[in-house]
Amino acid sequence: MTVRDPAAATADASQVRADRRIRSRRLTAPQLLLAAVLGLAGLSLVRVVTHAQDITSAGTIGATINLAMPIALCGLGGLWSERSGVVNIGLEGMMILGTWFGADFALITHSAWMGMVGGLVGGLIGGAVHAIATVTFGVDQIVSGVAINILALGIGRYLSGVFFSDRPGGGPTQSPQVDRFGSLKLPGADTFFGKIERHHWFFVSDVAGLLRGLATSLSALTIIAILLIPLTWFVLWRTAFGLRLRSCGENPAAAESLGVKVYTMKYVAVLVSGMLAGLAGAFLVNFTAIYREGQTGGRGYIGLAAMIFGNWRPGGMVAGSALFGYTDAAQSRQGSASIHALLLFVALILLAVGAWALWRRRVVPAAVGVVAAALVFAWYKATDSIPAELVTYTPQIITLVVLAMASQRLRMPAADGIPWRRGQGT
Amino acid sequence: MRDRLNRLALNVAAAVIALAFAAGITSVILLATGHGPWDAFHKMWDYGTQANSMASILNGATTYYLAAIAVAIGFRMNLFNIGVDGQYRLAAMLAAAFGGSVALPSGLRQLAIIVVAMLVGAFWAGIVGILKVTRGVSEVISSIMLNAVATGIVAYLLNPKRLAVANGNNVNTKPIPSSGQVGGISLISGADTKVYGLLFLAIGVGVGFQILISQTRFGFDLRATGRSSSAAESSGVNVKRMVLTTMLISGAIAGLVGMPNLLGESHQYSLDFPAGLGFTGIAIALLGRNNPIGIAFGSLLWAFLDQSSLILDLNNIPKEIVQITQGVVVLSVVVTYELMRRLGLVRQQRAVGRALARPRAGTPAPEGASA
Repeated sequence: MTVRDPAAATADASQVRADRRIRSRRLTAPQLLLAAVLGLAGLSLVRVVTHAQDITSAGTIGATINLAMPIALCGLGGLWSERSGVVNIGLEGMMILGTWFGADFALITHSAWMGMVGGLVGGLIGGAVHAIATVTFGVDQIVSGVAINILALGIGRYLSGVFFSDRPGGGPTQSPQVDRFGSLKLPGADTFFGKIERHHWFFVSDVAGLLRGLATSLSALTIIAILLIPLTWFVLWRTAFGLRLRSCGENPAAAESLGVKVYTMKYVAVLVSGMLAGLAGAFLVNFTAIYREGQTGGRGYIGLAAMIFGNWRPGGMVAGSALFGYTDAAQSRQGSASIHALLLFVALILLAVGAWALWRRRVVPAAVGVVAAALVFAWYKATDSIPAELVTYTPQIITLVVLAMASQRLRMPAADGIPWRRGQGT
Repeated sequence: MRDRLNRLALNVAAAVIALAFAAGITSVILLATGHGPWDAFHKMWDYGTQANSMASILNGATTYYLAAIAVAIGFRMNLFNIGVDGQYRLAAMLAAAFGGSVALPSGLRQLAIIVVAMLVGAFWAGIVGILKVTRGVSEVISSIMLNAVATGIVAYLLNPKRLAVANGNNVNTKPIPSSGQVGGISLISGADTKVYGLLFLAIGVGVGFQILISQTRFGFDLRATGRSSSAAESSGVNVKRMVLTTMLISGAIAGLVGMPNLLGESHQYSLDFPAGLGFTGIAIALLGRNNPIGIAFGSLLWAFLDQSSLILDLNNIPKEIVQITQGVVVLSVVVTYELMRRLGLVRQQRAVGRALARPRAGTPAPEGASA
């Protein structure tokens, strides 16, 4: 579909200009590939030096995928909602509803697929509440989100008490075991890549680990979830519908004056957002084969953080989710040893950033980079583990640092968070 | 005067409608899950009005009140301190560790603990304020992140290797000896449960809040910034300083949230220290319209629901039903306030129209067009 919608085109003019400025700095596909290869090589180097073999093992990669997906789905939900101009702090609550309904549907029907549907339904309920409150009634969006989080917690607890308590294995805080999606394994990949991986060669074994992780940890649900990311990008950035939706988040007055149905667009966006958060919940249930209270563990907020980290764009959001998922995976598998080895990696990156800045003759950033690298290296040398309690909250700390360093370069939709009433622009 | 009464009536009507709506939703859910709502409400009322329950309700409300005031001061200038949750937990934990280890005479000790808590709360909120005024970071996002980081720091420090001692399955800070505690008061006759002595601190904070907001220049600037920060800026208010100061005050009050429980009941910070009070505070501040009296009613209602729901478990109804009630109350109250605001605007516009349409010789408009 070509971009010929005059309404959105005008509303989007400022965005286009801003985008053009950024585009000159945006990386091209070969550059991204090079960065990925260099990153993997860096990790490989760290693995060889520190003997922390787990940092690129298939197990870690598989865990990363499974831990990053709920975050990415929530981030995707945030993207839909915020691109239409509705801030969605309620992602966490919608995710909780997704976990409960996902588990309940899967339990009743003995079908993992119905569990997925249940997650969508639960999230949809949360999204509908948020849409009614914020779009129809114009309530403060953050307030509504907070209220949904409180409400969802109560609903999950109450319904578990009513429906799960008297089932074998269930209780007021958890469901019995539910059916899960079977994992799809590429025949032969496990043994073939596993053999290479066990040699612990520089780089080659890391690539094998990456491929083995990819080939052995996927399920139908994971594939659907992954496909939703390019789908979202396509719908929001390459169709007239997406352009109209985004124009509501940039300048609803202009959009409305040119005939875009702002309320409808926002409703669609928030409902989809809820469904994606609910799907994230169903994903968690599928991962552990059980509903448990507190299972979401603030992942809705981390998804929001990943979206902000990615500057309200899908590519950056995915990068943020992968980063957060990876720290989570490295920490939960080998605990502080892996993370400690990663300190060396962080020092390497900082050193590279410093060198790059020096090459560009920017002295102050170069000095900061080198000094930071030295400090991190000293930290690595002086200790042999990092407290797990702090590692758990790496995503939040990274987000804070990114916000503090780059908040001027982040650009959220211009009308994000501002209540809009029909006819307000006239 | 009449205008103010009108507005008050609208607000009260909005709250009553929201409560009735929440009760309706709760009834529907109870009916759908096979319980009689009337019977449940009746039992809750009976249990909630017993002497011991009333004392517990006052105690719960004390804590909620402080949390809601901490949120409300931010709300008054359009600043959303969603980080009260992290601020009070970090403050309570560090103040408890401080109180358990420092040797100070009674009286001074309690004061020192409270001051430490306020400082920690203000420090944690200050990070949010500084990020906002220097780097333009939204206070909502940064305080959500800092809530999580506070959880991490508390988990890190609450470890027998650091600031805590192991105690069976639980881990807690060194208990504060009786010379550092604040005794309870037998306020309600016939109740064994004593009421927190720090109830009076909460009342004092409420009075102080009202004076600060309505009687001082700072409060005027604060409200002006809340209505329109650009207008305030151009009339000479230093908005950045206002943001930072307000965050610091909000954080300092947030630091007090854990104190009634810490000094009056638990005397130590442990894994089971009440969590999530910051979010309850947001809900109650919304319910009470950021007004100290309204918040007092809101806190009492919340604490009543908490306490009276305890009887439901004995009747095979999960007591978490009141959490649904509470969630619905918050959502419906913000919706009804918004609707009442629109209704008020319409009425005001009509009044202005009528006053302008009247011949000049007539008496001034009785409705009072200025509002």
